[in-house]
Amino acid sequence: MATLWQLFGTFTKIGAFTIGGGYAMIPLIEREVVTHRKWITSKEFFDMLVVAQTAPGILAMNISILVGNKLRGKRGAVVSAFGSALPSFVIILLFAMFLTQYQELPALEKMFRAVRPAVVALIAVPVFKLAKTANLTWKTVWISVVAAFLIWYFGVSPVWIILVAGVAGIVVRLFLDKKK
Amino acid sequence: MVYLQLFYAFFKIGLFGFGGGAAMIPLIQFELVERYGWITSAEFANMVAVSQMTPGPIGINCATYAGYLASGNVFGAALATFAVVLPSFIIMLLVAKALTKFKNNRYVEGAMQGLRPVIVGLIAAAALLLMNEENFGENCADYVSWIIFAAAFVGLQFLKIHPIVIILLAAVVGLIIY
Repeated sequence: MATLWQLFGTFTKIGAFTIGGGYAMIPLIEREVVTHRKWITSKEFFDMLVVAQTAPGILAMNISILVGNKLRGKRGAVVSAFGSALPSFVIILLFAMFLTQYQELPALEKMFRAVRPAVVALIAVPVFKLAKTANLTWKTVWISVVAAFLIWYFGVSPVWIILVAGVAGIVVRLFLDKKK
Repeated sequence: MVYLQLFYAFFKIGLFGFGGGAAMIPLIQFELVERYGWITSAEFANMVAVSQMTPGPIGINCATYAGYLASGNVFGAALATFAVVLPSFIIMLLVAKALTKFKNNRYVEGAMQGLRPVIVGLIAAAALLLMNEENFGENCADYVSWIIFAAAFVGLQFLKIHPIVIILLAAVVGLIIY
């Protein structure tokens, strides 16, 4: 059985060595807690992953909390999440301090000036990938277009759009159930 | 006051961030740049670049970074990070008890079906909002920026080059041409 220290150590290690966002953390978490430590079974992990992906929030945090809670209850959840987040927190904080201090440096300015358009591309690329996985057709793509336009042109908060879309999805289900 | 706002903004981001890191970007951008103006659009793009290069989830990175920039101290950074994870705690601990029930719930499934096309739109809006004068020059007419954008897009989408490599290449290009 995992001790709180083991949980903390494992998740800190995972948090420290995965560059490239939360998705990169998932296979590492699986390898540590399923294959290596055998704390939970592969099936349990898969079930947790489905829930962590469906629920809102940061995926890697959700899965850390679920694994920690399963092994050591609420304390385990806190320790795992804290461990996962700690390396990012420290490193990005140092970056933030450094950049606010030195952002006027000409070399940094030059680099970021070219990096920013590349970042916009970085954000635009998942649009096409997600459109494919969401199975968007000509019948549903108007929803995406309207959502984008409301935010971009009319300044509507994405939170409202998410709320409306979620509720609409549930209402459609209720309606279909009634018809049966 | 800024602390209350930071907490509220990031709690909201944690609570409504469905669909992974990319889908969280529009929420973060809307709260920090459009609503509160804690950071500029250019600073936001810089922040996303830094988040890609450092370990950990982008949601945590953005919360820490923006929390520090908005408040000017470590406490603000910690508070924002705590706030973005808090909804996860509440929801995961509630759900953990009924894990399989939640997984197979028809209404949860329905809500997700409604969300999917919207999330695509959200991310598209985030990209559109960043296509402004801060990132693409006066009247968005700086053709060098557009060439970098197009090259990065092709590199990521078609050549499947890793995002970190793209950012590093762009940085080198910037040092040389500007």
